[in-house]
Amino acid sequence: MTTSTYLLRRALQAVAVIVIVTIVVFCLLHALPGGPARGILGPQATAQQIASFNHEQGLDKPLPVQYLYYLNRLLHGDLGTSYTLNEPVSQLITERLPKTLVLTALSAVVGLLLAVPLGMWQAVRRNRPVDYVITTLSFIAYSTPVYFLGLILVLVFSQVLPWFPSQAPQGDTLAQVFADPQALVLPVVAGAASMIAVFSRYMRAATLENLSEDYVRTARAGGSRSRAILWRHVFRNSLTPVIAMLGYYVPVLFGGALVVEQLFNYPGMGLLFWTAAQSSDYPVLLGCVLVIAIATVAGTLLADIVQRLVDPRVKAGRA
Amino acid sequence: MSALIQPDQMPGKATAAAASGSRLAVRRFLRNRLAVVGLGVVVFFFLFCFIGPLVYSTDQTHTMLEQVNLAPSGSHWLGTDAVGHDELGRLMYGGKVSLIVGLAAGILATVIGTLWGAAAGYAGGWIDAVMMRIVDAGIAIPALFILLVVSAITTPGLTGLIVILGVVSWLMPSRLIRAETLTLKNRDYVLTLRAIGGTHARAIARHILPNSVSTIIVAATFQIADAILLVAYVSYLGLGVQPPATDWGGMLSAGLTAAYSGYWWLILPPGLAIILVVWAFNAIGDGLRDAFDVRGRG
Repeated sequence: MTTSTYLLRRALQAVAVIVIVTIVVFCLLHALPGGPARGILGPQATAQQIASFNHEQGLDKPLPVQYLYYLNRLLHGDLGTSYTLNEPVSQLITERLPKTLVLTALSAVVGLLLAVPLGMWQAVRRNRPVDYVITTLSFIAYSTPVYFLGLILVLVFSQVLPWFPSQAPQGDTLAQVFADPQALVLPVVAGAASMIAVFSRYMRAATLENLSEDYVRTARAGGSRSRAILWRHVFRNSLTPVIAMLGYYVPVLFGGALVVEQLFNYPGMGLLFWTAAQSSDYPVLLGCVLVIAIATVAGTLLADIVQRLVDPRVKAGRA
Repeated sequence: MSALIQPDQMPGKATAAAASGSRLAVRRFLRNRLAVVGLGVVVFFFLFCFIGPLVYSTDQTHTMLEQVNLAPSGSHWLGTDAVGHDELGRLMYGGKVSLIVGLAAGILATVIGTLWGAAAGYAGGWIDAVMMRIVDAGIAIPALFILLVVSAITTPGLTGLIVILGVVSWLMPSRLIRAETLTLKNRDYVLTLRAIGGTHARAIARHILPNSVSTIIVAATFQIADAILLVAYVSYLGLGVQPPATDWGGMLSAGLTAAYSGYWWLILPPGLAIILVVWAFNAIGDGLRDAFDVRGRG
């Protein structure tokens, strides 16, 4: 398969996945008590209002026709109107998504910067005390519910030791968020913890696999020093699949952001979603689900493309 | 959330083939010290939660205002909570729910995932493509978001909770089993069965699934770990079991505000219990994977 056919096929698959997600969200919208009319008109609407709204909007038409209407609205960026905030859902999301992206990106960068060297260190010192200690710590970090970790962080580093504020930076613009970097520390750490755990495991596995490859033996036989082999060959070859994993990790990052934002009162999309759930604001809930799903599909697609373009073995169909 | 800590899910890496010598696998498992400790932790918590209440009997239904938020002492080893329940007894009482729901949801997810993955991989072609795109779509929506949407619509009972958790977490095992099925379906014994007139269902039931058993067991172990972790989020997300029943996650969420008042005994025990049990199942899964792994056997 040539690279361009592969890319085309992957892109078509991604579109198919997004179509399935829209069908799921559409079905959820119709599974709600009162259907989408209730979702748009709000809980106080009378049966008559709902009936006339249904007729106006074509909601008395067959479901497949309605689905096409729904898709058409989506393509025009119309995600409905929040009935608690009385603003278009698309506008609410555009305001808050950048903040969530900043928080998750910071967590991801901090997580990777720690996880990659830790994983390599473990691989080089396989089955030594260091390996066991980091493995155990990784499993503990992975096993800790984010909200418990966040609570412990606040109790220790905000209450007992007054080093960091217990609230994330407030404010509507990104500039306001960055104006208070100290307040970002605890949320970013809470978001990065499980990431460090997972990616140090990946890096360890990838490094071990590469260390057992023939080219390492050849390089060693040729007289290269271990350290040079590790950094010149193994590091790069191990990093590629690990970076690609980042694309597949997007849904987990968003899941973490949901909890972290609620816990530290950070006004991003996770907190928007959380408050929408408390007030049964279905248009906002389903709009957020759709945006997150699209982001995830894009992340996966990007990961596959990066792997295809960077790793020559994938092209040859070997890996 | 899913068993992402499993490095076998790295793209382009084959899953372990089925183990042949089960005794050898047991010996390899027992040599993995972390896995054995994990097994011990799991056994301890099952005894603690299911036998413990017989030895250490406490009242977990009535409100006892005369003994609210007591610090740990001789009569209440882990203190009491905001309505006067003994915290050690509550840890056993809530642990039962966490363990049962986690175990059942993890196994349910593995069963759904196994059947889905085996069917997709065996069928191949466009059926496989459609089935796996559905899996991709499911993975694209993080479980925590789905659970929060569900919590806005309804409050499920215990069985409902197990079904919901199973339904949101079968996706990763389905991918693993599909990959396994792809390598198995063209083996000679499967082709022979088909040639002499065996049905597809028989090929899956008699050959594909039995030969995938090690992959399925390892997937189930990680799935249980993840399910117990997910159960811990459930109360926090507003889907939890109704009081006076509780689970470790419910105790933790209930203790969140209390912790700021210095009542550490309300959050540390359930928090540590969750971490220990989830860690233990992950360690067991790790040990099982190494024990079954053919490549590492030489």
